Amino acid sequence: MRIDGKGRIDRSKEISFKFDGLTYQGFGGDTVASALMGAGVRLLGRSFKYHRPRGVLTAGSEEPNALITMHSGDKTDPNVRATTQELYEGLQARSQNRWPSLGLDLLSLNNLAAPFFGAGFYYKTFMWPKPFWEKVYEPLIRRAAGLGALSGERPSDRYEKAFAFCDVLVIGGGASGLMAALSAAKTGADVILCQEEAEFGGRLLSETEEVDAQEGADWAASVVAELEAMENVRLMPRTSVTGAYDQGTFGALERVAHHLPYSLGRPTECFWRIVAKRSVLCAGSLERHIAFQNNDIPGIMMAGSMRSYLNRWGVAPGEPIAVFGNNDDAHRTARDMAEAGLHVVALIDSRHDAENKAGDVPFYPGHQVAKGHGFRGLEAITLRAPNGSESKLHVQGLGVSGGWNPSVHLTCHMNGRPVWNEDILAFVPREGAIPGMTVAGAANGAFSTAGCLAQGAAAGLEAARDLGFKGELPAVPVAEDTPYRQGRLWAVEGKGRAWLDFQNDVTVKDIKQAAVENYRSVEHMKRYTTQGMATDQGKSSNVSALAVLADVTGRDIPETGTTTFRPPYVPVSIAAMGAGGADKGFAPERFTTSHKATVERGAPMIEAGLWYRPSYYPAQGETTWRQSCDREVNMVRSTVGICDVSTLGKIDLQGKDVGAFLDFVYTNSFSKLKPGRVRYGLMLREDGHVMDDGTTARLSENQWVMTTTTAAAGLVMRHLEWVHQALCPQMDVRFTSVTEQWAQFAVAGPKSRELLNSLLDAPIDDESFPFMQNGEVSVMGVKARLFRISFSGEHAYEIAVPSRYGDSLYRELVARAEAMDGGAYGMEALNVLRIEKGHITHAEIHGRVTAFDIGFGKMVSAKKDCVGKTMSERPGLLEDDREMLVGLRPVGAIKEIPAGAHVFETDAEPTRVNDLGYVTSTCFSPTLGEVRALGFVRNGRARHGDKLKLVDHLRGVETVVEVTDPVAFDVDGGRLRG
Amino acid sequence: MAELLAKSPCDGLLPRTHGKVSLSEVVITDLYSVAPMKGQGAAVDAALQAAHGIGFPAPNRVTGSGDLRCIWSGRDQALFFGGEPDLTPDLAAVTDQSDAWVMVRLEGARAEEVLARLVPVDLRSSTFAEGHCARTLLQHMTVSISRVGPEAFEILAFRSMAATLVHDLDTALQMVAAR
Repeated sequence: MRIDGKGRIDRSKEISFKFDGLTYQGFGGDTVASALMGAGVRLLGRSFKYHRPRGVLTAGSEEPNALITMHSGDKTDPNVRATTQELYEGLQARSQNRWPSLGLDLLSLNNLAAPFFGAGFYYKTFMWPKPFWEKVYEPLIRRAAGLGALSGERPSDRYEKAFAFCDVLVIGGGASGLMAALSAAKTGADVILCQEEAEFGGRLLSETEEVDAQEGADWAASVVAELEAMENVRLMPRTSVTGAYDQGTFGALERVAHHLPYSLGRPTECFWRIVAKRSVLCAGSLERHIAFQNNDIPGIMMAGSMRSYLNRWGVAPGEPIAVFGNNDDAHRTARDMAEAGLHVVALIDSRHDAENKAGDVPFYPGHQVAKGHGFRGLEAITLRAPNGSESKLHVQGLGVSGGWNPSVHLTCHMNGRPVWNEDILAFVPREGAIPGMTVAGAANGAFSTAGCLAQGAAAGLEAARDLGFKGELPAVPVAEDTPYRQGRLWAVEGKGRAWLDFQNDVTVKDIKQAAVENYRSVEHMKRYTTQGMATDQGKSSNVSALAVLADVTGRDIPETGTTTFRPPYVPVSIAAMGAGGADKGFAPERFTTSHKATVERGAPMIEAGLWYRPSYYPAQGETTWRQSCDREVNMVRSTVGICDVSTLGKIDLQGKDVGAFLDFVYTNSFSKLKPGRVRYGLMLREDGHVMDDGTTARLSENQWVMTTTTAAAGLVMRHLEWVHQALCPQMDVRFTSVTEQWAQFAVAGPKSRELLNSLLDAPIDDESFPFMQNGEVSVMGVKARLFRISFSGEHAYEIAVPSRYGDSLYRELVARAEAMDGGAYGMEALNVLRIEKGHITHAEIHGRVTAFDIGFGKMVSAKKDCVGKTMSERPGLLEDDREMLVGLRPVGAIKEIPAGAHVFETDAEPTRVNDLGYVTSTCFSPTLGEVRALGFVRNGRARHGDKLKLVDHLRGVETVVEVTDPVAFDVDGGRLRG
Repeated sequence: MAELLAKSPCDGLLPRTHGKVSLSEVVITDLYSVAPMKGQGAAVDAALQAAHGIGFPAPNRVTGSGDLRCIWSGRDQALFFGGEPDLTPDLAAVTDQSDAWVMVRLEGARAEEVLARLVPVDLRSSTFAEGHCARTLLQHMTVSISRVGPEAFEILAFRSMAATLVHDLDTALQMVAAR
């Protein structure tokens, strides 16, 4: 119901919105919760487990009950708290966890079966028979118990992440936070002030008490105006600080577009990482419930929240109204309600010695509320007198206050435990729990407005002074300074279910049951009952639950302790945390200079690390990749092919000790390599296994360039850096990655030199450029590097030009190759060419093989030391029964050798214990007209010619293969020298 | 004979503007990395001063400006703009990097806000002034960022990642412009 003359809403701005398909009216400044309350809607959702009817409990982000689903289709946003969702024209929301409708929820039958569904029930009952859990029970339970659901569609809204830095971060924009920000900002420090709500002011917006002889909200607005005018202050409304992490880093969730009908390109949410040198926590406090039978009926809510709804939004959950509490603060609710003209039938205070501070309302000291009546809404309460006699009072709204818990959450995110304060019967932050953080105001247990203002001002100034800023304490405004008095009452004695955790449906009885079953540790109790494990993380139930546990286990509260507070303070959507990581934001794309020309030719691209490389180049009439691949292989073997090899790592090495350095990182010797020559090298890890291979060219006396595989470019660079810094810092060596500087193309095939000579400004011949030669050349007027090296086994070169010319040179090379019946070739053909030649890639040097295994044992020079040498000589690494690199060819009826298949003796069972080796690379060789593969076979070098059984258990292939030399084509290497 | 044509890394990608921030390519003509040999740091600094009038930069700093400057780029390494630096091989390893990097300029009143979406370091003018640079991340890429004006930054990234650099900056530009 709406209450005339109350609230800070804009009554001139009517807003219509839909909830569960029905249209309602609200006003500017309303939340969905306040607008629905104003419209008389009390039932907002169904509880998690028992599908109990639930209404609004709080007025903030701690809300456990009033969860709604916003929007529909690919914009669906479940589990939004109606208490924080600002109203806008055309808003559409749905209730959750009900079937078929909120009013008639058939799954509320669970409620009748409640005795069977108590804590621990699942663990005990559903464990047997075992297969039933996964197939029957879990799907059933998951359907019955739950919150909102995702749409399953790809989300169309955008999310964002961002970083911010400041001197002082003030968390919370209530009375304390505003003063802290003001006093820190006045010193000149960079200040960020985060406030969960759209409006700054916190409790000041909900109370009638004045600050500096003006309304609290007006005072807050004046401070905000002052802060807004300061250049060193950044105000962040609608931003919840969600976690405190190492070194002054905080997570914060900004709700950017949730309050707008159209996002207009704005992100829905932004997840901030804020780094602050100092922080002041002014997070306020959260009211706690009192457990009594049926204390979850819609219409029963927190007394302080009831006051918020009245004073901020001009609404009440119904009439007549009663207030039940164990502290003086509850009296303010009764007072404000009565003063607003609402019918307050009872102020019930469990303390026998309480004095009425609410004015002219019926007052019941020493009384308790024993039970709530009503189903979908509160109709009456049972009032229990000190002598035990009970009477029924007709009420529609009941405000309950079990005291206030300071919001200590963030102070506990780095393992700090809060301290019990017996004066206010609550946990307060432990000093120094978060380095650089101080706590002020209600979060620190100061519950009066005057206390909050004073603590905030002092903490803000202190934080800035600690960083060397200078300033004085600003004038602290005059405000109420009522002492906070409270009696101890967690749960009212009685039968029936008295609710503690509303979101996970945990009752007092469940806590007692946990203790009976010896789950006496608070952490065990939590997991046994699931108390505090819902999306609200038990903000309104944790302390009450552990107090009940303390009572039943005969311990006091400090001894019982709290469970662990973990981030995030409020739920954060995964989309916000992972913002920017979808689609092209997932990883950078690295494109070679030939990318555009390659894509223009219709080549499908494959990923090689971050690089994109062509798979094959489909020619006219070719319908399968194999046709293209076979053609490209034949082309390289008969005329000339062009392939972009720029993705291989290239490292420029300079300094007088490069030769010695290379001798140390490579297994073979390099120091004697002459300028103008190239050598193949093998690198080991420290553990003696092969790390990478490649060629290194000596360009001049002083300059060398090393190539690595595409996959290991970064790894090798890191390895070199580490070897230099850690193992041989005495060497004068400098290395720089030049991978990006040079566009490098393989020109391979019998006509490669003919092609090159048509481009080079001075022709080359076998004498000036023998195999493994390198030198500087001029290509069409551009200085280039030429290397006569070959991965294909053909007479081949690699030519490198500065990347700016890459696109142009590639197009020129391919055009000229095509004129010679050659052309571009892709990764598939490259792979076939190298398998035919027995050349290894990381398919073979996969991390578990040694130089000995791949037949390169002699490359580990006996004359010098190198990284990994000693470890490669360990027993077991040089034995005959090791799996060694071999070639494989099919000799059975099935002419297939799938990669990943294993080999066995022909008469052996194909089982693990009989395993002799496996296939690493395979291809159809158009050159040899059959399938050829590389693999590892136990003692393989001694078994060339043997036949083995090949089994691919995964694909169901079984055949016979012959073990061969790894080199299948041009064994003596005549072609590459030709 | 035909000529080889040069293409810049952002060919066809830039410039673009959203709201009050613009993104454009700074075409690099000459860029050399300079890595002083063992114990030659001071000598390299002196030689650069003598030959070019700017010294070897301290970590996270830039010497010179515009077409003649030297940007610190890592341990004992800097990037020199302004022709091939006059240093002998015994003083420093000088490596041609003219084609290895892409450089873009981000300029406008909200340029800092755009970078705050992508870069995890403090780029406020109070801590990151003109003459400062940082080797850091931009989304997933390693980059070098320098402040070149009150509202202007220049960003160096690997040439092959130019498209991603533009994509990531453009996405952030749009998000900031929409606010």
